[in-house]
Amino acid sequence: MTAFAHHFLYDFRTGLRDKSLLMMNYLFPIGFYVLMGLLMTGINPGFTPTMIPAMILVAVMACTLLGLPNPVVEAREAGILRSFKINGVPALSIITIPVLSSLVHILLVSALIAFTAGPFFKAGIPDDWGTFVLILILTIFTMASLGILIGVVSPNSRAIVLFTQSIFLPSMILGGLMLPTSLLPAALYRISLLLPTTHAMNAWRGLAFGLPTPYDPRWGVLILLSSGLIAFALAGYLFSWDNKNRRKGRSPYLALLALVPYVLAAIFLAE
Amino acid sequence: MKEDAVLVKDFRKNYSDFVAVDGITFEVHRGEIFGLLGPNGAGKTTTLESLEGLRHPSSGTLSILGVNPVKQPKRLRGLIGVQLQSCGLPASMTPREAMEFFCAYHRVAPRVDLLDRLGLMEKKNTQFSALSTGQQRRLSLALAIAHDPPVVLLDEPTAGLDVGSRVELHEVMRELQANGTTIILATHDMAEAEKMADRVAILLKGKIAATGSPAQLTASGNGLVKVSVSSEKASLAQVGNYFPAVSQQIVKNEYVVYYSRDAGATVPAILDCLKANDDHLVDLRVERPSLEDRFIEITRTDPSNGGRS
Repeated sequence: MTAFAHHFLYDFRTGLRDKSLLMMNYLFPIGFYVLMGLLMTGINPGFTPTMIPAMILVAVMACTLLGLPNPVVEAREAGILRSFKINGVPALSIITIPVLSSLVHILLVSALIAFTAGPFFKAGIPDDWGTFVLILILTIFTMASLGILIGVVSPNSRAIVLFTQSIFLPSMILGGLMLPTSLLPAALYRISLLLPTTHAMNAWRGLAFGLPTPYDPRWGVLILLSSGLIAFALAGYLFSWDNKNRRKGRSPYLALLALVPYVLAAIFLAE
Repeated sequence: MKEDAVLVKDFRKNYSDFVAVDGITFEVHRGEIFGLLGPNGAGKTTTLESLEGLRHPSSGTLSILGVNPVKQPKRLRGLIGVQLQSCGLPASMTPREAMEFFCAYHRVAPRVDLLDRLGLMEKKNTQFSALSTGQQRRLSLALAIAHDPPVVLLDEPTAGLDVGSRVELHEVMRELQANGTTIILATHDMAEAEKMADRVAILLKGKIAATGSPAQLTASGNGLVKVSVSSEKASLAQVGNYFPAVSQQIVKNEYVVYYSRDAGATVPAILDCLKANDDHLVDLRVERPSLEDRFIEITRTDPSNGGRS
């Protein structure tokens, strides 16, 4: 077995046996899904057509935005990354493998949600499962890249909470999970375009469910893809093995470049 | 002439305005155990971490078996085995997983036998965070030598180890040396350095204060004999006594230690003093100074240390 495979298997197992990661990867999203299925479908029947992508997005955010950054910071602070460097573990593996293992964790939870939401909660089923899965993989890649980037540039765990919650909480409220963004007032709608979940939901609505969207859903795909690629590239560029050796000229503020696609969306797609 | 495995020439490392290492030069011969000694903040760990490629030198040259740690990091990985001061493994990783993980990156078969040798077989499936400090350090050593590197760098390897583990680790070091491995040992433990190292360098405030074999260093001191005295009433510690030929006096645990130029003159005077104070001798030792004594002597006479002596 190759080193990469060993590393991947170890990282995947950690996602199951580490209690906080188990909570983020499985318990929180599945518990939230069951709760919303029992409560929200009764309160808001308009929720059911997009319940599957909405609940999967919660799983994606929990596993990536909430689950990925902290292990990166902890590994850096505890000298684990230094130990990895000395033993020849490449930086690319350190940022790639968590993205891949997140993909597997989320696909497992997504499969559970996708195959039970219809029978149990009368949730809408995608017209095009292939497109649905492709958008899911793209969304996981983008969110995981953002999560890794936050871990790479955060000096400590407190900063992680600030950065992740500034994306997670607005996404839950304004990101199209609970109600379509087209129903938001104009000012809030513009803000919603700054959030990755808005574009993921619109891509799913338009391309996989055949539902109306406020803008061409292919823009959503492009925005997610460009943001994910920028975030992943920046995570590699800004990566440091320990806090004492941050590379000169590589300011963590460069991470803000990953938000440029969303800012452009808020400027050009809000009309 | 012995071939050099490690070369450090005019090495200097600054952290902003702070000079951690100030232009040191030394070499380590192949198959040698080289001790890097010094108090906290002397520059031992900075030197080791620069040799490991974790820090970039501000100036000077570093080389391990002809490989520059900064410019050729990939080639360096197969040449060195490192036990860091802080073990640095994920909390949930087991010793078996760690062995498989790092050996896979070094492209060698997992050395489970090393876990057995270092007494970790029963703990092979225990998560790292549940291992004791000694077990963590033994695992760290096993991982450092699993790919059979020609140069091993050990940073405080016996810190926190019990006596049995310490002896076992020393045996492993001797075996490695017998197989031609070069070892650099950074330690606070002077007795360990004296026992294990072929040569040592004493670092003080980023500079090398002395270098040579432990025997050379102790012989190059001021030639003082160490007279350690313990008495029932500890009267010697309470009374400021000035005995013949004594140049330095320290209190260490229940002993008063005198560094004397002439033990034949000092010892009778001490005994007379005890008698005069109605005190009774418990123990009296006359010894040649150890490396630790020489180290204390060097650090106390260092001008930048206030020149205490």
